[in-house]
Amino acid sequence: MSNQDIKKARRHLTQNEGLIFEGSSPGKVGVEMPPLDVPALDPARALGAQLVRDEIAGFPEVSEMEVVRHFTRLSTWNYGVDLGAYLLGSCTMKYNPKINEVVARLEGIGNAHPYQPENLSQGCLRIMKHLADALLEIVGMDAITLQPAAGAHGEMTGLLLIRAYLESKGNARRKVLVPDSAHGTNPASAYQVGYQTQNLPSNARGTVDLAVLDRMMNEDVAALMLTNPNTLGVFDDQIVEIAEIVHSRGGLIYMDGANLNALLGVSRPGDFGIDVLHLNLHKTFSTPHGGGGPGAGPVAVKKHLEPFLPIPRVRENADGTLGLDFDQPKTVGRVRAFYGNYGMLVRALAFILANGSDGLRQVTDDAVLNSRYVRKGLEDYYELPYPAPTLHECVFSDKRQLKNGVRTGDIAKRLIDYGFHPYTVSFPLIVPGALMIEPTESESKQELDLLIDALQCIAREAETEPETVLNAPHTTRVGRMDEVQAARKPILRWKP
Amino acid sequence: MSQANYPAQFRYSTEHEWVDAPSPSAATVGITDHAQHALGDIVFVDLPRVGTAVEAGKPCGSVESVKAVSEIFSPVTGEVTEVNATLAEHPEIVNQDPHVKGWMIKVSLAAGGVPSELMTAAQYQELLKQEGS
Repeated sequence: MSNQDIKKARRHLTQNEGLIFEGSSPGKVGVEMPPLDVPALDPARALGAQLVRDEIAGFPEVSEMEVVRHFTRLSTWNYGVDLGAYLLGSCTMKYNPKINEVVARLEGIGNAHPYQPENLSQGCLRIMKHLADALLEIVGMDAITLQPAAGAHGEMTGLLLIRAYLESKGNARRKVLVPDSAHGTNPASAYQVGYQTQNLPSNARGTVDLAVLDRMMNEDVAALMLTNPNTLGVFDDQIVEIAEIVHSRGGLIYMDGANLNALLGVSRPGDFGIDVLHLNLHKTFSTPHGGGGPGAGPVAVKKHLEPFLPIPRVRENADGTLGLDFDQPKTVGRVRAFYGNYGMLVRALAFILANGSDGLRQVTDDAVLNSRYVRKGLEDYYELPYPAPTLHECVFSDKRQLKNGVRTGDIAKRLIDYGFHPYTVSFPLIVPGALMIEPTESESKQELDLLIDALQCIAREAETEPETVLNAPHTTRVGRMDEVQAARKPILRWKP
Repeated sequence: MSQANYPAQFRYSTEHEWVDAPSPSAATVGITDHAQHALGDIVFVDLPRVGTAVEAGKPCGSVESVKAVSEIFSPVTGEVTEVNATLAEHPEIVNQDPHVKGWMIKVSLAAGGVPSELMTAAQYQELLKQEGS
């Protein structure tokens, strides 16, 4: 008897779920509305015919319970950090403590309205001030905006500040230098702000090549965008020399704070010459990352850039109350409605306060320790293209497995069978066939041992039975996707 | 890694483009077999329009694979006279036949012709060896 023959008893949770459109039957409705107790109005007359839409073709007609079951079943297919390690390198997919959610839902916070008068918003403003002060202390900078909604948005905001500052000096300049190990968002953000980007090749250690920087850094370069530690997880210890070269020619240094999880309580960007940096609250400060987040990418600056920060800014009044200051003549303007993704600011502050300064230092110590433990456990199995000491993440390559035709993407798919969310594949671009692993501080030794064991097993499989790896995943509801065809000829919607 | 055939009459750039210039005034440009292999399955090729001025060493388009988007650096200076329109619908040709059917642009060369610093097939293969592939 095949699965198709079973009509009555189904193991619902292991069934493949169709699209909700496919469960539609004509005339079925979820809710029956009570009869109107007011005269019916013709919407075309009330609103104008151009605002009235005809019947939506192909809209699914299902009952309330069918909707609930459909989405509940789908939700059981998810993988998240609440189920197991989530190894995406450079993404810092750490655990999101549940207390954060409780705090963000407290009556006075969760139900606050952005148009509430200032005198009724003192608590919410205090949270912004408190968070701003804490973040500034952590990164050693002078002023901050909490508005940007994500990391790349922070990059764009930071570059707008750099442009405004340089313009005020008489020349906005034309170029931004971006190392070849950078996140792809860096050149994209620079371009958005009207700068040309120039690729800065890394040296054999994977860090900035000082001689090349010295040659490329001229009066036409507005800024160097640097990620430190970089995407290899290597801290660029030439940072002071780098800053000297850039500053001596009138440029500024932008730091991508994606890897701040390696620095908490250990080293402050403001102390090593950074002029502008963004922080990812959804990475370092435990607010949800992925699944729509939403993110939050505050931008911290040194004193000379403060006049250009977005408005409104939180202001402390003479009587100790807080208010919003819109009167900043040099501001680049708003970058986000109201005050940014406010709920995320609350969660980040909850994380900071729950940890305290010792706790934040421990976050970094544990994140680095975990990453080094994984690196040590896998060094004999996977190629390590840059042997320099690494901090919060480590990057291997598939060079050894490639002999048997097994690539990083295949190993990642096989890792799903072992119950882990894959690491980041094929990034950074300076490592061909990269496996980029960031365990974060969240994972226990037991979970890391399971991970190391899984990746060791896969390395052995790549030697002895490469087909098992090449055809993975085997245990998921949906097997290997045709990613090439999906990119070449995407089908973006269901059609009747 | 496959033993690709790198045509002897081509010249090659360190950015892994090839140039075929039978005359000093016109050249055909594409990416090398090594480049297509490193990129993986190519899903989109973005080429300059006919009439665009290209400059040696400067980006003139991009190639998107399932892994990443990479810039195409023009190995020559001149003006684009023709682009391989087939690649818009069939980017996989670059993977299948990078040195012939997967050509990308034809350029009428500026004075000076093909830059002398481009490599011969033998030099290019030596470079690949050094890069560890």
